[in-house]
Amino acid sequence: MISAEPYVALSLVLLCLGLVGVMVRRNFITVLMSLELMFNAVNLNLIAFSFRLGDLAGQILAIFVITIAAAEAAIGLGLIIALVRLKDTVSLDEADLMRS
Amino acid sequence: MDFLIANFEAVLFYTVAAAAVAGGIGVVTLKHPVHAALALLETFVMVAVLFVLRHAEFLAAVQVLVYAGGIMVLYLFAIMLVRFKGMRPDEVFLSGIAPLAILGGVLLGAFVAIGILLGTMATGEGGAAAMRAVGDELPGNTEAVGWLLYTTYLVPFEVVSVVLLVAMIGAIIFGRRDAALSKPDGEVKP
Repeated sequence: MISAEPYVALSLVLLCLGLVGVMVRRNFITVLMSLELMFNAVNLNLIAFSFRLGDLAGQILAIFVITIAAAEAAIGLGLIIALVRLKDTVSLDEADLMRS
Repeated sequence: MDFLIANFEAVLFYTVAAAAVAGGIGVVTLKHPVHAALALLETFVMVAVLFVLRHAEFLAAVQVLVYAGGIMVLYLFAIMLVRFKGMRPDEVFLSGIAPLAILGGVLLGAFVAIGILLGTMATGEGGAAAMRAVGDELPGNTEAVGWLLYTTYLVPFEVVSVVLLVAMIGAIIFGRRDAALSKPDGEVKP
């Protein structure tokens, strides 16, 4: 039975990878995917500590995180469709409609 | 072999963790969104395996159903709907890396087979009797999570369902062609 620390380390690695993706990539779709990666890292952390503490609250929280991730995906992909309609691109650099 | 059987959980964890990190690196580095989506799918499935290792079986099922099933299909729909500039139509599909995909599938199948074999060796018996013994020993994770979700966490559950409804309405409004979304100069797109 391995302890919680490797799970926390893996979660940290996945979170940092997602953060790099969000900050570096310009493709809107890839940025959203990196965001999903970060959600997964958070879930992994919650599950690891839920097991470690013997408390199911972490799993309930993870269910809520998954729900919010689904909502975020729906909204984000709607935004992508709207951006493609308006500017014919998925590049975040081109999304400057609110810049005067 | 004995080492593998004795340290089955650790070996499984580190293999799956390496695959998950590889998928994450793929999401960040791969140029084509479809390839990045497949790498993300790999990470989702590997994280589901880790959920099972931490006795969160219900969440592992939810992870596969919602993430790998629902959200990934949504992403692929969006990618296919969006037409990429300067990209040949045949590049949208996986023709170029088809041998790699076949190799990956074969390797994954071998990995799962070896995992089942080693797991059977590590836990003794792999038959139906062993499964029933495990089922009697542990309280069902799904039952426990469901009980907690509908008693202690009922109000957050209702709130999050309203959040989902609002997100759905928002996505529909964003996706409408004739919505109030207009060009910056005020000209409404037909």
